[in-house]
Amino acid sequence: MSTREYMLGNVAIARGIVEGGGQVISGYPGTPSSEIIGTLAAMVERDFYVEWSVNEKVALEVAAGAAMTGVRSVVTMKHVGLNVAADPLMTLAYTGIKGSMIIIVADDPSCHSSQNEQDTRRYSQFSLIPCLDPSTPQEAKDMISYAFEFSNKVQMPVIFRPTTRISHGKSDVELGPVNESIPAAEFVKELERWVMVPKNARVQHVHLLEIQKIIQEELENSPWNSLETSDGAKVGVIASGIASVYAKEAIIKQGINVSFLKIGTYPVPENKIRTLMANTEMIIVFEEMEPVVEEQVRVIAQETGSTVEIIGKLQGSVPRVYELNTDICADILAEVLKLERQDVPAEVTEDFDYNACRIDLPMRPPVMCPGCSHRATFHVMKKVYGKNAIFPSDIGCYTLGIQSGTVDTTLCMGGSITVASGMYQAGEKKPICCSIGDSTFFHTGMNGLLNSIYNKANITVTIVDNRITAMTGHQPNPGMGRTAIGEETVEVSLEALCHALGAEFVETVDPYDLKQTEEVFKRAKDYKGTSVVITRQLCVIDAKRSGIRRKPFSIDAEKCVGCRLCVNLGCPAIEFDTTTKKASINAMCTGCGVCAALCKFDSITEVKK
Amino acid sequence: MSAEGISIFDLVIAGVGGQGTILASDIIGKAAVKENMFVRAAETHGMAQRGGSVVNHIRLGCELGSMIPMKGADVLLSLEPSEALRYLEFLSDDGTIIVNTDPILPVTVTSGLCTYPDVDAIIAKLEETHKVKAFNATELAKEAGHVQSMNVVMVGAVSNYLPVSVDTLVECVRELVPPKTININVKAFEMGRYVTKG
Repeated sequence: MSTREYMLGNVAIARGIVEGGGQVISGYPGTPSSEIIGTLAAMVERDFYVEWSVNEKVALEVAAGAAMTGVRSVVTMKHVGLNVAADPLMTLAYTGIKGSMIIIVADDPSCHSSQNEQDTRRYSQFSLIPCLDPSTPQEAKDMISYAFEFSNKVQMPVIFRPTTRISHGKSDVELGPVNESIPAAEFVKELERWVMVPKNARVQHVHLLEIQKIIQEELENSPWNSLETSDGAKVGVIASGIASVYAKEAIIKQGINVSFLKIGTYPVPENKIRTLMANTEMIIVFEEMEPVVEEQVRVIAQETGSTVEIIGKLQGSVPRVYELNTDICADILAEVLKLERQDVPAEVTEDFDYNACRIDLPMRPPVMCPGCSHRATFHVMKKVYGKNAIFPSDIGCYTLGIQSGTVDTTLCMGGSITVASGMYQAGEKKPICCSIGDSTFFHTGMNGLLNSIYNKANITVTIVDNRITAMTGHQPNPGMGRTAIGEETVEVSLEALCHALGAEFVETVDPYDLKQTEEVFKRAKDYKGTSVVITRQLCVIDAKRSGIRRKPFSIDAEKCVGCRLCVNLGCPAIEFDTTTKKASINAMCTGCGVCAALCKFDSITEVKK
Repeated sequence: MSAEGISIFDLVIAGVGGQGTILASDIIGKAAVKENMFVRAAETHGMAQRGGSVVNHIRLGCELGSMIPMKGADVLLSLEPSEALRYLEFLSDDGTIIVNTDPILPVTVTSGLCTYPDVDAIIAKLEETHKVKAFNATELAKEAGHVQSMNVVMVGAVSNYLPVSVDTLVECVRELVPPKTININVKAFEMGRYVTKG
């Protein structure tokens, strides 16, 4: 029987965790990392512990604690999540670990689903924690078992950094055997190692620097770095992670003779770089985002007194933003080596715009689902607070409310309440009403609320509670009463939590009930101090999955006057015919009834069956 | 076109979040792996799935990266007419377009901010430069038994071009669709396959 399967990169990574004998896996959802824990949590048979933690700092510390007992642990997150977890990360480098620990951080060059495109390899340099950078889903899976062993050998956590094209790529993957050895958890007290008071930290910092050489040597000769020297080649190409497959394809297409160094580890394989440098006149470095490899190449050139020409981001030929691809690599090779592009007609290569169309195409941005309760919340919020009010927001599906005019800021997870209170404390006199989702509130929003109340900010905090972590693919959170693997657990009350944080004005409404929502928002606006409005309604996708069926609505064309009030909600189920000047409702209607409540001409009614 | 030493067949699947482009590429990818080919694919997940424009790349017989270079695809399979135009630049000059003529209006159109181009004009534009197989796959899906089987109609339509056997593709349809809908989807596949035959 074949052991080759077609799978998603993140599923391959999850398989790698199983093969490597992972025992404790924690994480916080974030595109493109979420399916790793999703896959592990959905397994019917498992002999590991897996959890959705409330944020990345918490998740990293849970995994660190597990690894301190000698077991194999993994923590998963997206790149910006590592900022939240940076505090334990930096000191965990000092303490090291006892078992094995992998910190999986999925980067998102081109910001497909992110607020920035920071490069996790910089955290590897900063913390002195080694990093692995896969070039294919197969390598991603295989690196996990290696990382467990390597981590245990050097008693350090290892960062594993896939990018969107690995995590959300699919590939045939050759499965491997499962590591059956399961070390038992046993914490041994070693104060000088686990207690980072200054006396111990100073010693551990020295130790951290000392083991860098060992780490470098081990990784240099790992299977993830490979140097193919070509006879007579005066040009060397160095490419890391996913950029190595793009570069390879561009080299094949251009049919050029180069020596090729593929890099998959940080610290980089310095000896291989030296060898390549000694035999070439020019080195071209392909890597996505920051010039991490290129800087090391330049350091080595300086150390060795090499006069090799180095082409990369610092020199200017390779872009420092967005994803690379085969075309970009081929263009750079052609430009630098003064060749013609071999594969595409010249006219296409000039300022090519992927969205350029010969016919004007309508934009198709992602939108909130038909019947999404956030749309109703935002509608009433704007009505009560006014167009001139300030609406700081946060990260989740509701960020799509940017089209409703109720998302004025989005900084980071939990950055809504804090930004709102900062604006108030600065003396801003306009009404301020911020929005934050249930999962984001549990993540880092609650600290902001506590701070806002304690420091007497006069703002309204709207918790748009759709009872799920929706945007990243419907993961459970502490407000739902179930764990990652579907077990029942305590259902944390948002109301009780807000009261405990000191809130005196806490009201819960059903946003589909526009009247009640408006009444509550009005009182919240008049309240002096930090008011909390919880707008609670199940995510429509989740509601459908749990069997909730509402009757759809329709518009009576006779009664419709074409005022567009319903159309302005921006619901994909409501259409407007510019010829007849009438609105209509299409098959996507989920029956939320918000448009019907809004219509002043009673022209929208439930479809009777 | 797919080039020697790089890939055997490069396919771009375009559509709208919710139409089932991922299932369509899964059927093809899984079938190719069953026939011992290397496969690389790239998918749109996350934010772009909320009714946004989505595109999947799938490369059969490829061991490199999953992204098809521009003008690189052998076939552009579009589940929605305007999306065919949006991703046309990925298609090779000698490539073929297989397109569902049933439009999905984005909110920018339903709310009256933009207009949706005439479908016949889109098809005519595509035909100016490429071989085009245009038909209403949504209607065929309804005929097969359910509108949601449109993606499988399109897999059937592209099956005549793929370097993968029909039997393996049908086997993967059976394995990947919800068990209750197997008969509908197998019928949808056959209907789509019939449209592009000959």
